[in-house]
Amino acid sequence: MTSFFTLLYKELLRFWKVGFQTILAPMVSTLLYLLVFFHVLDTHAEVYPDVAYTIFLIPGLVMMAVIQNAFANSSSSMIQSKISGNIVFVLLSPLSYRAIFFAYILASIVRGLMVGLGVYLVTMVFFDIPLQLPFWALLFVILGSAILGALGLIAGIWAEKFDQLAAFQNFIIMPLTFLSGVFYTLHSLPTGWQYLSHLNPFFYMIDGFRYGFFGISDISPYISLLIVAICLIAISMLAIRMLKSGYKLRY
Amino acid sequence: MLPAIEVKHVHKHFGHLRALIDIDLEIHTGEFFALLGPNGAGKTTLISIIAGLTLADSGSVNVMGHNVITQYQQARRNLGVVPQELVFDPFFTVREILLIQSGYYGIKKNTRWVDEIIERLDLADKADANMRALSGGMKRRVLVAQALVHKPPVIILDEPTAGVDVELRQTLWGFIKQLNQDGHTIVLTTHYLEEAETLCNRVAMLKAGRIVALDSTQNLIGKMTAGNSLHLRLLPDTLPSALQALQISHNSGLVELRIENYAQVESILSLLRSEHIQILEMHLQQPDLEDVFVSIMRNSGSKSK
Repeated sequence: MTSFFTLLYKELLRFWKVGFQTILAPMVSTLLYLLVFFHVLDTHAEVYPDVAYTIFLIPGLVMMAVIQNAFANSSSSMIQSKISGNIVFVLLSPLSYRAIFFAYILASIVRGLMVGLGVYLVTMVFFDIPLQLPFWALLFVILGSAILGALGLIAGIWAEKFDQLAAFQNFIIMPLTFLSGVFYTLHSLPTGWQYLSHLNPFFYMIDGFRYGFFGISDISPYISLLIVAICLIAISMLAIRMLKSGYKLRY
Repeated sequence: MLPAIEVKHVHKHFGHLRALIDIDLEIHTGEFFALLGPNGAGKTTLISIIAGLTLADSGSVNVMGHNVITQYQQARRNLGVVPQELVFDPFFTVREILLIQSGYYGIKKNTRWVDEIIERLDLADKADANMRALSGGMKRRVLVAQALVHKPPVIILDEPTAGVDVELRQTLWGFIKQLNQDGHTIVLTTHYLEEAETLCNRVAMLKAGRIVALDSTQNLIGKMTAGNSLHLRLLPDTLPSALQALQISHNSGLVELRIENYAQVESILSLLRSEHIQILEMHLQQPDLEDVFVSIMRNSGSKSK
């Protein structure tokens, strides 16, 4: 276990040492989104009955910050280690594939939660946000960041250059995030788009997370939980398989 | 006795390049072993396969009796590798890196041993400096230190002295020799053949993915029958006809004569004296590992194709 905890500690220290970039910067950009939407849209849209748009938006933005940073953490750590070559120190050590996987994922969860919690705490100063079912919110935020941490690990292992990683991020992660209902409820979409949104696993993370705040969701939180859990298991298995086979790590 | 490293029928190719062809090699515990060969011969590939960084196409490798694939954790605990590339993690200081590396091997609170290697490798001044701030030579020392945090019985150094100044080279070899005397098995690759000759008791030479020579350093040099030669600068610069048969070369006033044994030197000298030829300069050249290397690499050319 010492080896696992050491890698986890190293991964935590890695982003903590550059906290301005890895925690504060994403907090500020998320709060800027909120500021802009608040001024432009608050009075124009009401998504759920008696829930102002800004209040509706906050859990979505928090979750968006969480998943983006969970993905960024494992993917950038992995690709930097690969490109600079220092991944060799992990690969030479007796660390098991599972220990490597869990250390990277856990560090991603921690960074995701730190950014998310930071955004949430700041918004609490200005808005009165209900948190009706905190357990559900916590469950979804952990599962969501774990999925993105695992996806980041996969992307970091797969990508050989930074632009490949950027492509993964901009053509897969970003569209899935923006089209997952961060900014809107599914019911406001045309039927075709509603159908497409159901194919997006990120939708279930955000919908389930929002359920924890308002006790209302687009679909049943149990279904969301099931789908999110299946996604996490499938993606984790793929990531562990990649680590075990040495795909793009051990030639 | 259990071999420190056992390589059996290892093959490896990268695309069309056959990097290693049927490598069989046994390195005994306590040996100081050199893996020599020109660039691209397959040395680093072989080391990477032993370290588990590269996967062989076929064949098996054991480190201290542990298979590097099926028992990878035990195998890696027994092995310390100093990679050839100057890789480092820019987020940490030297001491942090060494303690983290210890942790990967399951060692908690390794401060005493880490302090000792920092001291022994002359890193004390830089122990709390960030890796980015270190010179190339210092980074090389940290790489060596990282390979030693878990006191591995087998240590592999891939060109540890490439681009390293004389002082570090001496510190480094002093330290490595001490480790060898303490019972650690040392395997190194280097392009400085005199280093390999003075340090290593056994040598394997690789060429184009094959082992073309494997023997003790003394035997390899001893096999160089045509190796001994006498270099002379003469006044006048003419070689007596009786000695013409021994001449290997005659360049810019320096005559090189082939000799079979040392007694021959005496007869050459007396012949020169009787011809009233004055000797301005004389030295005896014995074969060294470099001669062996050059001759083996030249002669094995056809075999490796």
